[in-house]
Amino acid sequence: MQFDPKRALKQMMRIRAYEEKLVELQTSGSAPGTCTSVGQEAAAVGVVSALRRDDQILTNHRSASHLIARGADLGRMIAEVMGKKDGYCGGKSGSLHISVEELGVLLTSTIVGGELGLATGVGLSRSMAGDDAIVVCFFGDGAACEGRFHESLNLAAVWNLPILYVCENNQWQAYVHRRETMLIDRIADRAAGYGVEGLSIDGNDVEGVYEAARRSAAYVRETRKPFLLETCTYRLRGHYEPDDQAYVDPAELEHWRARDPIALLQSKLQASGTLDASAARAMAQDVRQEVEAAAAFAHASPYPDFAELTSDVYA
Amino acid sequence: MPAMTGNDAIALALSEEMRRDPRVMIFGEGVATKRPDLVAAFGKARVRNTPMAEGIIAGTAAGAAATGLRPVIDLLFAPFLCYAMDEIVNSAGKLRYVSGGQFRFPMVVMAMTGAGWAVGAQHNHNIEAWFVHSPGLKVVMPSNPADFRGLLKAAIRDDNPVLFFSDIPLLFGSGEVPEGDVVVPLGKAALVREGGDVSLISYGKTLNHCVEAALQLAEDGVSADVIDLRSLKPLDEATILRSIRKTGRAVVVHEASRLCGVGAEVSAILAEKAFADLRAPVLRLTGPDAPAASSFPLEQAFVPQAEAIAAAARKLVRSEVKVLAAPELALS
Repeated sequence: MQFDPKRALKQMMRIRAYEEKLVELQTSGSAPGTCTSVGQEAAAVGVVSALRRDDQILTNHRSASHLIARGADLGRMIAEVMGKKDGYCGGKSGSLHISVEELGVLLTSTIVGGELGLATGVGLSRSMAGDDAIVVCFFGDGAACEGRFHESLNLAAVWNLPILYVCENNQWQAYVHRRETMLIDRIADRAAGYGVEGLSIDGNDVEGVYEAARRSAAYVRETRKPFLLETCTYRLRGHYEPDDQAYVDPAELEHWRARDPIALLQSKLQASGTLDASAARAMAQDVRQEVEAAAAFAHASPYPDFAELTSDVYA
Repeated sequence: MPAMTGNDAIALALSEEMRRDPRVMIFGEGVATKRPDLVAAFGKARVRNTPMAEGIIAGTAAGAAATGLRPVIDLLFAPFLCYAMDEIVNSAGKLRYVSGGQFRFPMVVMAMTGAGWAVGAQHNHNIEAWFVHSPGLKVVMPSNPADFRGLLKAAIRDDNPVLFFSDIPLLFGSGEVPEGDVVVPLGKAALVREGGDVSLISYGKTLNHCVEAALQLAEDGVSADVIDLRSLKPLDEATILRSIRKTGRAVVVHEASRLCGVGAEVSAILAEKAFADLRAPVLRLTGPDAPAASSFPLEQAFVPQAEAIAAAARKLVRSEVKVLAAPELALS
């Protein structure tokens, strides 16, 4: 698997354009608010780029970056957020619990830590099947404060479950800074407490994330043991749209805005001559057009029939 | 028909279903330790001990069920399910729906409850109605060894999460279990005794108290239908309504507390769908709105007994009931 930085840049731009479009739709009253991953695109794209198609992903309420990095259709994503029939879940999820089984993005739970409680089961299925696919579980620093974090890592360790735990430490737990909720700075340090290997990395450097994810995924694939990878990043927007972020220290926000992962990669690629300014502009233009077409598709999609109110409750 | 205990019937069902379907597995606290026969027959991978952590046990079951396995988990005592509510209610119960039907959760959650061991309120709490109220889940509570086996087999074969509650003393009581691959379908009540004057409707151990009450009533010339609900969800409305259209009188009995219990649902169904057939108010005999006490006499007093059930039925039949203070009946 070869990492293509230009492809990664475009994916990150696509995610950003998608989430900014959702903010616009929310502001204009066309869609409910969402939990965006603006600022965290490198952490998602770097990890997902390092996976095989048969690897399985569990994500959380901040899932758009993982889904889009995995190749989700933007039109079906927006349709889902708007509660439309053509959404990935027929409009029954909304933005918060989008799963797309055909992409291997399973069992999205919006209960913080819910994904940690389910990942062990998906890992158990892999283990019982005896194949060499792995399970990747994305969660945040907030979920790392839930008891399920402990239960999940401990069980995965004692049962040798092939799970790559990826903690996207975005510094914020809803409206509370993580400094208020934990005394340590690196969640990966907790891995040792379970007899598990862990690594903490810069989550805004997509190439570094890819390299760390490639290595840790290979470790999980070969050893069939869990691994805890922490990507240190930052939630540039609020917890949930709309959110004026009045509770955020402006200096902190400025510090991280200066480390915007998309701008970082773009200037790096332009400095090295891999990408010129016009190509970058064309890329940005492409993803904006994709997003506009997706929004038009979602607008045109009908709402679900009322019969759907009680369908799919039972198998 | 061989006789066996409820525990033996569960062990038999597990062994039969694990042999029938390699996707079936069981895990929980002490499961492998307490079921060496299953370990010997099916191996350590399919019969597992777990850490003492109900949340992750249930979550692991849900995740495994959604990706091709058919897990049975033993969470020991029903109150421990409080630690696993997110995984059972929010994950197993809802992720099929919110995903637009992409996943299914063929899993069974087993737990014991009910008076009998004097273990107190944190090991004995009949919380079955909580799960009846939660969409996406099914709930069963057998009253005899044949149904322990037959309902567990049906629960394992069902593609939905099924809560399987075992009434503690029934696990040690003996009963006949039919030979052969007898599966008791979910959602089917059993008419265990036929009569024309009153319907006694229950499940779990109080079903047996209803049968005792029916015998007492027979001595007085009062004949009772006794209905074992067996499945609390889906609930067999047809059998309940058929009985009440015959008798016009119902006593609904369970050990769980009254407020918003299964008896409230049964009573509401009778009021909504059989109002014209009712010849007397529907009575409920239930446990009180109190935690279960450990003291043996108090623990037993929590449970509606046969004498109280028979007394309530007699009053209904003699048209002595207009408005009854049911708590007095439960403890009389």
